[in-house]
Amino acid sequence: MTQKSFHDQHVTQLSPKTEPTPNTQRESLAAEVRKLSFWYGETQALKEITLSIAYRKVTALIGPSGCGKSTLLRSFNRMHDLYAGNRYSGEICLFPENHNLIDLDPFMVRLRIGMVFQKPNPFPKSIFENVAAGLRIQGVQNKKLLSDRVEQALRDAALWEEVKDRLSQSAYGLSGGQQQRLCIARALAPQPEILLLDEPTSALDPIATAKVEDLITEIRHRFTVIIVTHNMQQAARISDFTAYMHLGKLIEFAPTGELFTTPQETLTRDYITGRFG
Amino acid sequence: MVNAEMSQATLPNLTGIVDANRRTDLVMAGIGISVLIVAMSLLAAVVIDLIVGGWPRLINPDFYLNFPSRHPLQAGIVSAWVGTILVMLVTAGIAIPLGVGAGVYLEEYAARNWITDFIEINVSNLAGVPSIIYGLLALGLFIHGFGLGETILTAGLVLALLILPVIIVSTREAIRGIPLDLREAAYGLGADKWQTVRLYVLPAARSGILTGTIVGLARAIGEAAPVITIGALTFIAFLPPSPIQSSPPFINFEWLESPFTIMPIQMFNWVSRPQAEFHINAAAAGVILMLMTLAMNGIAIWLRYHLRRQIR
Amino acid sequence: MRASESFLRRRALWGSFAGGCLLIAAASSVFVTLGIVYVLVTESMGFFAQIALLDFLTDTQWTPVFENAHFGVMTLVSATVTVAGIALAVSIPAGLALAIYLSEYARREVRETVKPCLELLEGVPTVVYGYFTLLFFTPLLQTFIPGLEGFNMLGPGMVMGIMILPYTASVSEDAMRAVPSGLREAGYALGYSRFRVAMRVVVPAAFSGITAAFILGMSRAVGETMVVAIAAGQNPNFSFNPTEGAATITAYIVQMAMGDLPHDSIAYQSVFAAGIVLFVITLTFNLIGFFLRRRFKEVY
Repeated sequence: MTQKSFHDQHVTQLSPKTEPTPNTQRESLAAEVRKLSFWYGETQALKEITLSIAYRKVTALIGPSGCGKSTLLRSFNRMHDLYAGNRYSGEICLFPENHNLIDLDPFMVRLRIGMVFQKPNPFPKSIFENVAAGLRIQGVQNKKLLSDRVEQALRDAALWEEVKDRLSQSAYGLSGGQQQRLCIARALAPQPEILLLDEPTSALDPIATAKVEDLITEIRHRFTVIIVTHNMQQAARISDFTAYMHLGKLIEFAPTGELFTTPQETLTRDYITGRFG
Repeated sequence: MVNAEMSQATLPNLTGIVDANRRTDLVMAGIGISVLIVAMSLLAAVVIDLIVGGWPRLINPDFYLNFPSRHPLQAGIVSAWVGTILVMLVTAGIAIPLGVGAGVYLEEYAARNWITDFIEINVSNLAGVPSIIYGLLALGLFIHGFGLGETILTAGLVLALLILPVIIVSTREAIRGIPLDLREAAYGLGADKWQTVRLYVLPAARSGILTGTIVGLARAIGEAAPVITIGALTFIAFLPPSPIQSSPPFINFEWLESPFTIMPIQMFNWVSRPQAEFHINAAAAGVILMLMTLAMNGIAIWLRYHLRRQIR
Repeated sequence: MRASESFLRRRALWGSFAGGCLLIAAASSVFVTLGIVYVLVTESMGFFAQIALLDFLTDTQWTPVFENAHFGVMTLVSATVTVAGIALAVSIPAGLALAIYLSEYARREVRETVKPCLELLEGVPTVVYGYFTLLFFTPLLQTFIPGLEGFNMLGPGMVMGIMILPYTASVSEDAMRAVPSGLREAGYALGYSRFRVAMRVVVPAAFSGITAAFILGMSRAVGETMVVAIAAGQNPNFSFNPTEGAATITAYIVQMAMGDLPHDSIAYQSVFAAGIVLFVITLTFNLIGFFLRRRFKEVY
C-alpha cells in the first residue's frame, strides 16, 4: 500500500524529457546494478556494468548481438546459476531492502523476479495450470485465490477474452503470439517485483508483436519491467529508459527520448543511426 | 581436336564406371535385404515351430489351469504364470523407483565430476554383465548372505537389479529429450530443483520412461538363467498365498517368502527332459512366454514411435 | 507476492530429502557392482586355497565331481570361445551389411519399419531360442552335416549370431549415422558410388563405433546362457570342434546350480571361480566397448 502512494507521487513528476538522471532518484528505484561483471568460464561477458532500474518503469536494454544485454537480463534472476562454470562479481541491489541478489539463494531470487523468454515456452499443461504454475510453486493451494490470480494475470496479459472459455485446454493449442502472452501471464501471476522480458517478440509476427507491446504499455504503471530487444523502434515505443550496451560494457544510459534524439556517445549514435548492428 | 579425341576416349569409360557403380549398389542393397530376410525368417521359424510343436497342449484349457506333473499330458503352467506375475510385481516395485531415481539423479542433479563419471561407467558396464552373474550375486549374497531363501522376493530382487541399467538409461534418454526451455521456464518461476523435476520434468518424460520400463520388464519376464542359479524349484504343485485376503488388512506379504516357479524355468525344465512328450509342453509354454514378451515389446515399440510422431 | 516462510522451509526440506533419495538410488548401481565383485571373490577364495591358479589356467580337464577332480577352466573357456567365435563369424558380416544397408541405402520409412522388427527379434526369450536350436535348428543342420552331434557348438553359435544381430547392427548403424554428412558429400563430390562412400568414407570414419558394437556383441555371446545350456550340452570337453558338444562357462554354472550342492563344497566354490573368469572376460570387453564408443562420440 505504501508503495502505491509512493508510485502515484512520482508518476506525474517523471516524464522522460524533463527527468533528471535516474541515479539521483534513489527512492524511486526498483534495483540498482553496481559494477557487475560476469564470466562464462574464462570469457568475460559483462564488464563492470552500473545501471539503475526505475520503479514501475520500462527499462530497455539494446545493442548489437553479443553485447551482453541478454546476459545482463539473465543475471537479474540468476539463470546463469543453472549452468556450471559461470561467475559473477559486483552487485545487483533490490530495493527497498537493498539486498544484493547475487548473494541471495538463486531460487529465492527467481520467486521474486519473473521472466519471459525469447521463444514461447508454455508447459505441456492446461492454460489454467500454466498461469497458476508460479503460484503453485510458491505453495498456493487456495482455489479461489488461484482462480482470481489466474484471471487477473490473463487480463493483464490481454489474453482473458480469448481463452476464458477454454482454460482447461492444452496451452499447445494456442497460436505463437497467444502462447507468448500466456507466458507473460504466467510470469505476472505471482506478481513479481521485476518482470524480465528477453526479446519477447523476436519469434512473433508483427500483429502478435503489437499486442505484446500494447500489453506492456498497459502494465507499465503496475510492474517494473526490463526488456531486452534488438528492435530499436520497439525500445523507443515502449520504454521509459534505455541502456545501450556494446561488447559487454554499458555505453550509455538515459531516458529513452534523450538517448534516441541526442545520444552522447559516438557508438550509440552509430548504432541508432544504423551504421552497424 | 585434342579435346574431341579425349572425350571420345573417356566418355564410354565413364558410363562404364557409372554402370558398374549402379551394379555394386544393387548388389549391396540386395545383401542388406537378404540379411534382413534371413533374420526375419528365423523369427518366423521360431514362432511357427513353437506353435506347431505346442498346438495339442495350447488348445487344451487344462494346460493353463493344471500344475506341473510327471505325466506330460496332465502337466500345466498355472504355477508358472502365477509365479511370473508375482515375481514381476516385486521386480517392478524395486526396479522402477531405483532406476528412475538413479536416472533423474544422473541427469538433473549430478555434478560433472569423476564420481558421476564413475557411476556412468558402472551403469554401462552393469548393462553388459551376463545375467547369470546376477544369479551368482543372488546365490552368494541374498541366499547364503542374507538368508532370503529361494523365494519370490529373491527372484524379484535379482531380476530388478538385472534390468536396473535398462531403466536408468532410458530414463536418462527421456529426460535428455526434454527441451531446455521447459526447464528454464520452471526455474524462471522460482521452482527449486525437486519442484522442477516433480512438476515438469518427470511428467514430460513419462512416456519415454514408461517405454524403457516395459522393455526392461519384458526382458525380465524371459530371463531364466539368474533364477535357475538361485536354485528355484521347478516342480511346484501349489500356488503362493494370495496377496489379497478377505479379512483386514486385506493385503498380506506371505507370498513374498513362498517358493515358486516361472514361465521360462518351467519351459527349460520341460525342454531338458528326454521324453518327447514333454517337448510339446515346452513348446506350448514357449508360445505363452513369447506372447508375453512380444506383446510387451510391441507396446513399447508402438509407444516410442507414436511418441516420436507426436514430438514432430 | 512472497511465498510463506513455512512453505519455503518445507520446500527446502523436501528438496533435500528427495535429493538424498535420488542419490541413494544412483549409488545403488555401484553397490550392485561391489556386491558382484564381493560375492565372486569371497565365495571362490576357498577354491583358490585348494587349487593352484596355474592348474586352474592350464589344466585341460574339468571334472569337479569326480573322485580325482580336475579344475582346468580352459576346458570351459574353449567351448565359450568357440561358440562366441561362431556367433561373431555370423554376426560381423551380417551385422555390417545390415548396418550399411540401413544407414546408407534404406529410405527413412524402410528404416523405421525395419528397426522395430529387429527389436522384436531381440525380445525373444533366450530359453525359446534354446528350444528352437535343440529341436529345430540342429536337426536341420544335421541333414547337411552328417557328423554333427545332437549337442553341438555350431547350432547354438549360429543362432546366437542372429540373436545378437539386432544389437550389433543397431549400434553400428548409430555409429555410421553419426558420421557428419559433410564427409559423405565430399565422397559423392568425387564421383564415388554409394558403396564406395560407405566402404571408403563412412566405415573408416565410424570404425571405432563399429568395433565397439562387435566387442559388446562378443561380450553378450560369451555371457549368453540358456541357448548353450540347452543345445550345446553340459559335458565339459576341451575342444574347438564346432560339431562336438561342450559345456561353456555359463552352461556349467547352470548345471551345478540345478544340483543341490553343499555350501562349502569345492564344487560349489568352483561355480564362483568359473563366474570370476566369465566376469573378467565380459568386463574387459564391456570396458573396451564403452571407451571406444565414448571416444567415437567425442570425435563427432
